[in-house]
Amino acid sequence: MTDAPVPRRRTLAPRLTAFWQSDLAWSFRRSPVAMVSLIVVSILTVSAVFAPLIAPHDPFNPATLNLMNGFTAPMTPNAFTGESFWLGTDDQGRDVFSTILYGMRISLFVGFSAVLFAMVLGITLGLVAGYVGGWTETIIMRVADVQLTFPAILVAMLIFGIAKGFTPVEYRDQMAIWVLILAIGLSDWVQFARVVRGATLVEKGKEYVQAAQLIGRSSPAIMLRHILPNVLSPVLVIATISLALAIIAEATLSFLGVGAPPTQPSLGTLIRIGQGFLFSGEWWILFFPACTLLALALSVNLLGDWLRDALNPKLR
Amino acid sequence: MLNYIIRRVFQSVLVLLVVGLVAFSMFRFVGDPIDNMLGQERTQADIERLRTQLGLDQPFPVQYLKFLEGAAQGNFGVSYRQGRPVAEIIAERAPATLELAAVSGFFAIFFGIVLGVFTAIRRDGWASNVIMTVSLIGVSLPTFLIGILLIYIFSVELDMLPSFGRGEVVDLGGWTTGFLTASGLKALILPSITLGLYQMTLIMRLVRAEMLEVLRQDYINFARARGLSERVVNFRHALKNTLVPVITVTGLQLGSIIAFAIITETVFQWPGVGLLFINAIQFVDIPVMAAYLMLISVMFVGINLAVDLLYVAIDPRLRSEGGTV
Repeated sequence: MTDAPVPRRRTLAPRLTAFWQSDLAWSFRRSPVAMVSLIVVSILTVSAVFAPLIAPHDPFNPATLNLMNGFTAPMTPNAFTGESFWLGTDDQGRDVFSTILYGMRISLFVGFSAVLFAMVLGITLGLVAGYVGGWTETIIMRVADVQLTFPAILVAMLIFGIAKGFTPVEYRDQMAIWVLILAIGLSDWVQFARVVRGATLVEKGKEYVQAAQLIGRSSPAIMLRHILPNVLSPVLVIATISLALAIIAEATLSFLGVGAPPTQPSLGTLIRIGQGFLFSGEWWILFFPACTLLALALSVNLLGDWLRDALNPKLR
Repeated sequence: MLNYIIRRVFQSVLVLLVVGLVAFSMFRFVGDPIDNMLGQERTQADIERLRTQLGLDQPFPVQYLKFLEGAAQGNFGVSYRQGRPVAEIIAERAPATLELAAVSGFFAIFFGIVLGVFTAIRRDGWASNVIMTVSLIGVSLPTFLIGILLIYIFSVELDMLPSFGRGEVVDLGGWTTGFLTASGLKALILPSITLGLYQMTLIMRLVRAEMLEVLRQDYINFARARGLSERVVNFRHALKNTLVPVITVTGLQLGSIIAFAIITETVFQWPGVGLLFINAIQFVDIPVMAAYLMLISVMFVGINLAVDLLYVAIDPRLRSEGGTV
């Protein structure tokens, strides 16, 4: 519009150009799978975040529900009320499209939070194990080894069960989401810790770390400011793949009835509800949440695969 | 080597002790066991009597030791929900899970090896490509969705196979089996495929990779040069040498089958130990959860110990370095 200086742009534009010309962006532009995956993930994430704005109905407000709308098939007007729903309604007359948007919100929230938790825990323990060494390292890595022998989903179930047991009865439904994040996060930290420890052991011997030690920086400062930035790229790959696994783990636990409560249904809970109508012919209650879960998990997974190949120097 | 074995066994025992401590803490600190066991009408004398009877008046380490002693003898207390001894309930449910695991394990190994060999021999054929692509989709589908998909195709649309339960079972003195009736066998098909599919793709990919590696070796070329038939070369010479890693992975996957049986059993309402465990979590039935936790840990730790010790027996390199591992 005018020549008025826009301060942010001056710093942002060169950065964007630099990013666009980086190896990562180059490999992204050459991978149609990665592009499609990113588009799918972005659309799903954005629609989950803005669910209250996008969803045509509020599935959790009993005042807006009409039981007469129950079991409306997709795209066909209801026999009693004449209302029409894109993806149909469930037994209580809730719009399936809206429940999916809200369910995806829970699924993505739990997935992201669990991976974040696992990442912070794993990176911290991995850095400490790699940098400090000795007994600390032995104990951390032994615990990691033992946990790795159990399937992650089983660990998550056990932690969920134990944590649920310790939560007072009256808070159990409210706390279920947080317990779920704790359970999935704790079942997933090992991957991060192992990779970070390995990378830290390599970095520890390099000269820049010795230099930092010589000028008297404290150990936490060396770990966080000097070593951490150099071990982050494998962490990014693991985080993406973990996100897909966490979303599936959350869906599995909720499907089994030991995850998100019916008052805050995630995609897994919706599939669990939909399975009950498989025999009576209301296929849409099950089909659409299942497809959404698949699209979400698959595209995050493909994105992770691409990232792993793109960041792997051996494959360049 | 002896040093290594002792350390490994010691580690396993330590892990089990820690798991036992977790299980015991659940018992001791989640809710009040006395509240859970006595009804509304109780007197102070009842509470005192039960407290002494359960040993809750003794110090923590003594209680823990007593708990371990009981657990080692298979005594995990009484289920809060069903009011029966946990050991009894698990013994009643175990045959269902074990039969399911056995059938799906067999399915996974048999078809995994057959398809693995097939895709390795015809590596560029269209059938191999189809199998590999389908297996990739199979791995990325969550187990419970595979189960629902199979129910939809074979129970809802085709109406060929039952979608839940074990069908008719025959009681063979404490062991109920579904192998002896037609409905029992039919009921096994869908759950075993659901449970075994993932392991099957895993074995298939492993066999394929190993076969491709072995088929490039000189001795295979020599065998061909000697004029042996393709079948003898592929199965007698090549397949045999791919089986060592396959056996190891299969052994390690054994525990996973039992663990993933939880999901399959819930989808198909299969009356096994996994479904029992899920219900226990839902209703916070601590004794059942603790017992399952202990059982599955003993199994996993046992399998891993056995595999590690087998490695030492098979691989001489580990034996010489054993002391420093």
